[in-house]
Amino acid sequence: MTAKPKFAMYWAASCGGCEIAVLNTHEKILDLDANFDVVFWPVAMDAKYKDVEAMEDGSILLTLFNGGIRNDENEHMAKLLRQKSKILVAFGSCATEGCIPGLANLSDVREIISTAFNTITTDNPNGIYPMTSYDMPEGEIHIPTLLPVLKTLDQVVDVDYFMPGCPPESQQIAAVIDLVIQVVHGKAELPPKGTVIGAGNSTVCDECKRTRNVKVIKSFERIWNIAQDPALCLLEQGIPCNGPATRSGCNARCPTAGAQCIGCYGPAEGVVDYGARLISAFASVIDAKEPEEIDRILDGLVDPIGQFYRFSLAGSLLKAAVPAWKKEKA
Amino acid sequence: MTQHITIDPITRLEGHGKIEIFLNDEGDVANTYFQIPELRGFERFCVGRPVEEMPLLTNRICGVCPEAHHMAAAKAADAVYHIDPPHTAKLLRELLYSAFYFTDHTTHFYALGGPDFVMGPDAPVAERNILGVIHKVGLETGGKVIQARKFGHNVVEIIGGRKVHPCTSIPGGLTKGITEDERKQIEEMGRWAIEFAQFSLKLFNDIVLGNKQYVDLILGDFYTHHTYYMGTVDENNKSNFYNGMVRVVDPDGKEFAKYAPKDYAEHIAEHVEPWTYLKFPYLKKVGWKGFVDGKDSGIYMATPLSRLNASEGMATPRAQEEYERFYSTLGGKPVHQRLAIHWARLVELLYAAERWVELATDPEITSPNFHTIPTEKPTEGVGCVEAPRGTLTHHYWTDERGIVTKVNLVVGTTNNYAPMSMSINKAARSLITKGKVVTEGMLNMVEMAFRAYDPCFGCATHSLPGQMPLEVTIRDAKGETIEVLKRD
Amino acid sequence: MSNEKFEPVIIGFTCNWCSYRAADMAGTARMKYAPNVRLIRLMCSGRLDPTFVMKAFANGADGVLITGCHPGDCHYVEQNYKALRRFLLLRRVLTQMGIEAGRLKLFWASAAEGAIFAAEINKFVEEVRALGPLTWPTEFQPIASIPIMQEVTA
Repeated sequence: MTAKPKFAMYWAASCGGCEIAVLNTHEKILDLDANFDVVFWPVAMDAKYKDVEAMEDGSILLTLFNGGIRNDENEHMAKLLRQKSKILVAFGSCATEGCIPGLANLSDVREIISTAFNTITTDNPNGIYPMTSYDMPEGEIHIPTLLPVLKTLDQVVDVDYFMPGCPPESQQIAAVIDLVIQVVHGKAELPPKGTVIGAGNSTVCDECKRTRNVKVIKSFERIWNIAQDPALCLLEQGIPCNGPATRSGCNARCPTAGAQCIGCYGPAEGVVDYGARLISAFASVIDAKEPEEIDRILDGLVDPIGQFYRFSLAGSLLKAAVPAWKKEKA
Repeated sequence: MTQHITIDPITRLEGHGKIEIFLNDEGDVANTYFQIPELRGFERFCVGRPVEEMPLLTNRICGVCPEAHHMAAAKAADAVYHIDPPHTAKLLRELLYSAFYFTDHTTHFYALGGPDFVMGPDAPVAERNILGVIHKVGLETGGKVIQARKFGHNVVEIIGGRKVHPCTSIPGGLTKGITEDERKQIEEMGRWAIEFAQFSLKLFNDIVLGNKQYVDLILGDFYTHHTYYMGTVDENNKSNFYNGMVRVVDPDGKEFAKYAPKDYAEHIAEHVEPWTYLKFPYLKKVGWKGFVDGKDSGIYMATPLSRLNASEGMATPRAQEEYERFYSTLGGKPVHQRLAIHWARLVELLYAAERWVELATDPEITSPNFHTIPTEKPTEGVGCVEAPRGTLTHHYWTDERGIVTKVNLVVGTTNNYAPMSMSINKAARSLITKGKVVTEGMLNMVEMAFRAYDPCFGCATHSLPGQMPLEVTIRDAKGETIEVLKRD
Repeated sequence: MSNEKFEPVIIGFTCNWCSYRAADMAGTARMKYAPNVRLIRLMCSGRLDPTFVMKAFANGADGVLITGCHPGDCHYVEQNYKALRRFLLLRRVLTQMGIEAGRLKLFWASAAEGAIFAAEINKFVEEVRALGPLTWPTEFQPIASIPIMQEVTA
């Protein structure tokens, strides 16, 4: 009896939503279990880092890696799992483009730490901060070092496939599981390396059922400040919806529920920098010609960097803001 | 010569953690350290974001309980805008929340906590997981567990727009309501949920309480700590997950404090240690006395057990019956045995299901009045809910445009960081003593010490491989490996 | 103090019909203007994709210039207004990224305005010189050895 191919799923700096999304494939998870040997999945079973290190290189057929690379332990695990896996998938928005934790790249990493350790409820009169290596009376103990910026998976290792979404939609995950099982049984071929899988080839607007007209934006509104028309395009109502630049595959869930698309499915096909394209889209449909009028309309976008780079900062062309890397002048 | 055992990573919790165990020359435990090695920085990078995005951004703190962060953030954003959402919006939010609680507690009990109990802590490793549970209780039950999760997430999707990371809460209410059709579906699923919760309690009763060995384990001193207990209660001091006053009782069960969530900073402070990225909340008025039990130590626990201890009952009839049976079986209030958290979680499971149906049959639930436009200037606000793991507080300050200028979060599991550390310490000290060889059974029982708290991510797959490999490396002071214990 | 003067590297996106011809005219007429600007010709300023600007800064530019036809004179009728709107929005985003507003400039020049073109270039080069080099990193090093994580003395 041939052994089942090995499967692993690992989380770096993540929230666990990707794991839940996999579980929300419901009965499909039993197919995964029937066709694979789960060898490493910290949320679910007790294999340790040592066990991964002991595995033969390339012995894990498929590893789903979610979470951003925030500290040196994340980076070590990314490299280790790359070594041990045949197919490494950057799974979810954190691994593919940085996602929400990537917003930390707007700040000096030291501020990330100092803010957490100086909140109004924090009792820290001696100004203690975490130390990566600390001598306790019994011995030395360690915690990982935060990297200067959060990185995407493909910024540290070679990645075979990318699966976007925060989290990837469960029906998309189920389809990918099915495909991989077919491949294992020799009934299907894997797509070319580097392909974005589990997502569509268009934008969220294409999946959205709201009525769309030619856009003439005369103002941007805050979503809580209007009585929304549930049948009309949100952007046309002045709500800054990221649909135009965001990859399809989610069935436009959020606009269907009355909330603006915030861009969790990442850039559409062929887009190098998500934020840049969305900037272009929004600017193109503003209905003004005079600089003063344009500025007045743009004032309605109260947080441009968040609007355009909410999920994609770490994976963008600039990757991080100046405070994250610039040494102060002596 | 100090021996040093590292468990890394801890598995079956949300996020990352590791345990360091140091032995002294005699071979007894000198000390243990439960370290959290990660920090992402939400309190920093949410600054500059519009406050209406906080329910969406803070979702990503945790993908298992985004609903908790979403609701705490929604309530905080309402408070920032000094707006009271319409009654229907509050009903819908609490309905979503009840269904979420049901799903979350189900996954923890059946896939995480349950195996230790249903199979037993000394059961062969190959059986001590959800598969073993299914074999013992039957495939039909396995299917029910999947259905329970499915139903809960379906309700979250109907009201919240998505299954993971809901998107419909905005300052002043929601972006959508529900139709009568949707309401009927939700009600039907809720009635099934009540049956499933009762089924789960019966299962616990038969398999766990019917077994003297397990009862001894639950009641034993091993996993017992006498601390303060925190939960949220309604105006009748009955437990409520979504709204109410925060109530703290002392180790004797007497009310120690009862405060509005917005006053949390007068009651809670967070202690810092330099060897971990997470802080240790404690009661300010008692003070930080170290990792010790007792009335003089400010350490308090959140968790389902704490909520039951801190309340005077459950607000729905079947859950109330179970609440009474719980305390009469365990010898009265408060209950200090940490393994009883698993049982308390099932009482809450039943309450969540009953509340689900209550809300789904409220005459206002399908009203189109689900949003009021805020008109006041935004300033500052606190939003608080009971996350399944404990009291969750979001506190935002904004400028006059509603852009966040400062954030403070005290998160559910964080409340339990000190109690968990103590539980691990006590379990390790009791298990690992001079002359004893460290076995894998001992290691599992150390794990059970933190697993009872359901550290945020209590979710496991519906099926696990037969093995639960665990490796313990015992090194001498020079770092040389003395022994490597493997449990495959 | 170094004797070497900082020479800004500037990428200039010019439109084929007006501003590129203005640059041409300046050159043909031997008007002196700073050599710091590397010109990239687009058919229209409306072709300016913000991605180009991001890429320029990410790859070492200290400043980026966008030029086009005067409002009303666009060869493709109204596309220079798109460039204007993109420029104004881009500048807000870049400022939040810590890139000073003065590093991105937009001006209009007709084909006959070679002198104006040269003068604007010179002015911009000096403005960017005063701001100093941007030197956007390709690898992000720790700003310091995270001094926040220091030995706590008992």
